Amino acid sequence: MSESTLVVGQLFNGISVASILLLAALGLALSFGLMRVINMAHGEMLMMGGYLTYLSIGVFGKGPGFAIGLVVAFCGTALFGALLEVTLIRRLYGRPLDTLLATWGVSLILQQAARSIFGPIGVEVTAPPWLSGTLSLGGTVMTGFSIPGVRAFIIVLAAVVLGAVALIIARTRLGLLIRAVHENRPIADALGANTRFIDLAVFSLGTGVAGLAGSALSLIAPVTPTVGQSYIVYAFLVVIVGGLGSLTGTLAAALLVGVFSATAQIATSQSFSDVLLLVCVIVFMQFRPRGIVAQGSRALDET
Amino acid sequence: MTISRFAKRATFVLVAAALSATTFSPSPSAAAADTVDVGVLQSLTGTMAISEVTVKNATLLAIDQINAKGGVLGKKIVPIVEDGASDPSMFAQKAQKLIEQDKVATVFGGWTSASRKAMLPVFERFHGLLWYPVQFEGNECSPDIMYSGAQPNQQILPALEWAEQKGDKSIFLLGSDYVFPRTANLILKKHIVHDGGTVAGEEYVPLGGSDFSAVINKIKLAKPQIIFNTLNGDSNVSFFKQMAAAGLPSSKLPVMSFSIAEQEAKAIGPSLLEGSYAAWNYFESLPDPVNKKFVAAYQAKYPGSPVDDPMAHGYLDVYAWAAAVTKAGSFDPDKVRKAAVTLAYSDVGLGETKFATNQSLVQTGYVAQLEPSGQFKILWQSKGPIVPVPYDPLSFPGKTCVL
Repeated sequence: MSESTLVVGQLFNGISVASILLLAALGLALSFGLMRVINMAHGEMLMMGGYLTYLSIGVFGKGPGFAIGLVVAFCGTALFGALLEVTLIRRLYGRPLDTLLATWGVSLILQQAARSIFGPIGVEVTAPPWLSGTLSLGGTVMTGFSIPGVRAFIIVLAAVVLGAVALIIARTRLGLLIRAVHENRPIADALGANTRFIDLAVFSLGTGVAGLAGSALSLIAPVTPTVGQSYIVYAFLVVIVGGLGSLTGTLAAALLVGVFSATAQIATSQSFSDVLLLVCVIVFMQFRPRGIVAQGSRALDET
Repeated sequence: MTISRFAKRATFVLVAAALSATTFSPSPSAAAADTVDVGVLQSLTGTMAISEVTVKNATLLAIDQINAKGGVLGKKIVPIVEDGASDPSMFAQKAQKLIEQDKVATVFGGWTSASRKAMLPVFERFHGLLWYPVQFEGNECSPDIMYSGAQPNQQILPALEWAEQKGDKSIFLLGSDYVFPRTANLILKKHIVHDGGTVAGEEYVPLGGSDFSAVINKIKLAKPQIIFNTLNGDSNVSFFKQMAAAGLPSSKLPVMSFSIAEQEAKAIGPSLLEGSYAAWNYFESLPDPVNKKFVAAYQAKYPGSPVDDPMAHGYLDVYAWAAAVTKAGSFDPDKVRKAAVTLAYSDVGLGETKFATNQSLVQTGYVAQLEPSGQFKILWQSKGPIVPVPYDPLSFPGKTCVL
């Protein structure tokens, strides 16, 4: 393995990190980007997805358990998100700072619940046999370079989820209504769109995607009551840098952040590359405060 | 060896029993009370609670056992348990409360170096005595602390000695980004180069970091024979999962960990760690019959709980304090610490140990390999107990511990 393989490997890692960031941020791009709900419990939705996967593996065994776990995690957290929307979030629309406090409280409750139910020391989730291999690429530059199956899976999953969410928003009737409500809520309401239902659907979809992400991320990260905390900052970072309400922006920001930190790490340590990244983000936000893709939305003008 | 351990243990018990039976004339001020208060200060809440609650349990077990045999100097030991809440400033605050308000005879506690550094000025100001149970980076020596956890030359350097005997020349250093891994690796680098080996690489990941893609890429490029791992906490789960995913399980590229004991192994999942190595001064699987008794007593109280190195040190500290008090005939911290370093070797489960004149523990270093059961199989032990050296002469020349 040579220096050039390190560079190629790091480029791949950049895309891999980007896919992880994208998965972690997509749910937030929906709830925060489209609805302005600062969901501090977003990380706990990821955590919940991890635990649901753990439970599925316990019930269905190691091989099929993980595949079923992905579905269970999506449905379970989407359902929980719907419940949360109906009981709490709905009452706080238009008060972003209040949603911040309330959902932070929810996040603490969920962390403690996980601690009480599963214990403080995390549970074991390992990759199923059909994902534990590596794909080796022979050839001149690529000798000694191999792609871990798990990482390839997460990249594919992130692409599929992004594609599915984009399709829903761009091509379905529900998506049309979501865009309409996002652009101008009072007019959409006046034209007969059921905005309450749209809000419920968007929030629930967002938490469901977070659960799915948590399920996939349990393959490479721990499943502990506090694991959500390690994603939430980066998830917000990606959504804000990308531009609120834009999936393209979220994708671009995830790629930018992932590839940036991976290439920076060729030359420096992880701690320092994090510092560099945050400095760049601060400078960038000075010039483009609305992010990479600035969306013209009335919701933004109001806030 | 075993017989002599038994004999020493037996004499210790006999002496303790005899002393507690004799009517000792206590100092006038304490004459009224037939109890003595001690502080037990660990994090019972917060991120460190996972590790520290069990040390508190082991400390309380030793106190119960000593009380069952009549206590110290005829007094029952009454533990006052305080919560450091995983917050160094809380440790300092609670240490002051224990010394000033509760007037405890001594304090058992602390885990992170940050908590110890925060408590140090408090103990120096009030001339209290702290018994610290966890391995650490050395480079510190205070008359008001008894350091029972390993110094670098008792855990890290024995592991290096073992790896070099095994024939590993090229070593990759990986750690979380804080004081212990940084100092440990500073010392390791000096010794690796001194012994003619090579440092294949040195990488740090922020505490709690979960992305190891770049680090693993660099490891692949460096092709080390072994990785010395000073990662802390959950980062280990991510690291071992991602190593396995990259086709580098411990069976292919050995990893020697300095912060993974029985408890952490259980938390991370033995299947992920299987075949990896650890270096400590105590393992639950030590064949020592005194240890078997300790483990049995602990697990009778807390069924199914693993026992690990810091717990064994927390347990040892109480016995050492009781023996020192008995020898000094006083609870005065100054007399106790002076008596503690004159005690003979004894065994409470870690093999023969005693406190050296620099107030650190003389103890044996072990290297072991993790088995699927979550227990460690002991592969190697140092030639007898190792004398603690707080300032590594290669890394910090000219610095010595003067008390």
